[in-house]
Amino acid sequence: MCRCKGYLNEILPSAFPLDIITRMSLTFEEVEYIALLARLDLSLEEKQRYQQQLSDILEYVAQLQKLDTKNIMSTSSHLPSQARLRADVPKEGLSPERALENAPDLEADQFKVPPVLE
Amino acid sequence: MSEKTKLTDFNVKEAMDALTNGRVSSREMTEAFLDRISAHESDIHAFITTTPEMALEMADSADDKRARLKNAGETVPSLLGLPIAIKDVLCVDGVRATCGSKILEQFKPPFNATAVQKLLDAGIVVLGKTNTDEFAMGSSTENSAYGVTHNPWDMDRVPGGSSGGSAAAVAAKFSPAALGTDTGGSVRQPASFCGVTGIKPTYGRISRYGLIAYGSSLDTMGVLARTVEDVETIFRLTAGFDERDSTTIDMPISDAVCREGADIKGLRIGVPKEYFIEGIQPEVEQSVRAAVDKFRELGAEIIDISLPHTEYALPVYYLIAPAEASANLARFDGVRYGLRASDENMMQMFTESRGAGFGPEVKRRIMLGTYALSAGYYDAYYGQAQKVRTLIRADFDSIFTTVDVIAAPVAPTTAFKIGGHGDDPLAMYLEDVFTLPANLAGVPGLAFPAGFDSSELPIGMQLMGKHFDEATLLKLAYVFQQHTSWHLKTPVL
Repeated sequence: MCRCKGYLNEILPSAFPLDIITRMSLTFEEVEYIALLARLDLSLEEKQRYQQQLSDILEYVAQLQKLDTKNIMSTSSHLPSQARLRADVPKEGLSPERALENAPDLEADQFKVPPVLE
Repeated sequence: MSEKTKLTDFNVKEAMDALTNGRVSSREMTEAFLDRISAHESDIHAFITTTPEMALEMADSADDKRARLKNAGETVPSLLGLPIAIKDVLCVDGVRATCGSKILEQFKPPFNATAVQKLLDAGIVVLGKTNTDEFAMGSSTENSAYGVTHNPWDMDRVPGGSSGGSAAAVAAKFSPAALGTDTGGSVRQPASFCGVTGIKPTYGRISRYGLIAYGSSLDTMGVLARTVEDVETIFRLTAGFDERDSTTIDMPISDAVCREGADIKGLRIGVPKEYFIEGIQPEVEQSVRAAVDKFRELGAEIIDISLPHTEYALPVYYLIAPAEASANLARFDGVRYGLRASDENMMQMFTESRGAGFGPEVKRRIMLGTYALSAGYYDAYYGQAQKVRTLIRADFDSIFTTVDVIAAPVAPTTAFKIGGHGDDPLAMYLEDVFTLPANLAGVPGLAFPAGFDSSELPIGMQLMGKHFDEATLLKLAYVFQQHTSWHLKTPVL
């Protein structure tokens, strides 16, 4: 077993205020809905397993909600606010042949997909 | 032992010395590494793809080029003829890049990653593409769709991850150096588990162009080798602004610091109490503390510090990284490249290709990230994590006004048994607890050998530094390696 279980106990204090978390466990229907949003075809067994595992992870990460962050800005990037941009001049890009090399299906030098409209 | 077998003992510096003075050709050296790979790869499985034919062609052309340039009295590229292994999430033109995933089993990128291109310009020979947890999501290389890599120090144990193939390849002397990537510790933790040296540079220091994305605000290219001097050599060649990656920053790179006369006197090393707490393997703590004492003996000043938000790095990371992954991996839809599992209709093409192509950990993180970003939960999960990330970074910004670097363990334990964490994602995530903060704060981190436990498994120590101050980390590790021999020990295969 994991030799760091002691550590898990350490960072999950027993006095953890569970009441501030609205709800941590996912329903089976929610798992199906997330899978649809993520465009993932999952088996029944996978859905059941993820229902349990994602609920456990959400319960764990819910500890963040005990921190007061009212006046804290979010960090989405470490970049300076002004990104350096290159000059907007045309350059040689990938040739159509090379860009299409990995296509699962193609026709007339274009990616081919199933019908979009029925 | 034949002359050829000994060539694989060379580190980067020794290999370049031998190539430069003409004692050895690149073909001889490349053949020696390929022979060693053939002899031991079935035990270790460091590679997803080896490229022996291409490597020998590159070696021959390097030998020709060296002769030509020498005759003409022109400068020879600094790594001309040096064999290197590359993690399979980095693009090499025309060489299959699977990312450890079935969804990219047949994918051959039509371009080179910028870091790879820079090293090709410097003359490297590509030995192959190393094993990785699928899309770099994992800490053991067990999540690869192409089988687990074995730790060269103990074949029953993991090499760490996700750059486990790269770390194992360097430890096993399959290659004098390897490229890896580090999103939450994926260079440093396997370096620690395999007893090699590895750097995660500052976010923005090395281009991510051609690094197949996992968590875009966290991903960095990294380097693994057997000495810190070798790590510095390759790091400096790959660094710099890239017009193909708007997140690279044009900051000057200092001259090489791993050299005779390097002085660390008076450098202030902070030791954070949050990195030495219950649950850490006692031998790991002892070795890291002994290394800190060594630094004191060598003239550094040691200061006890606190990084109060450390405990939140793990939950913050496991919201932000999956959220970014769920967006990045949306590109694998069966349209332009990768697996297409169905042609029935568009929706089935998407869901079945992704369902069949992604493995369990990738699906788990896509699900988690999709949930964290979904309407109604965004503020509570992703939004809150982004704010706590600010607090974690502020810990670093504030402590770096008092200390120059931070010293800590790389991981709570040495290499664990293959299968040791079973199907318990949280237990596996805890492996990253000491490496995640550097990625969240964007600061550089360096892992290097600092001891062995009672099972003869390597113990690594970590230095973290100020943004764009890799030089101080490298200098400290260099002086350490001048006065210790942990990094010189290699496993017997």
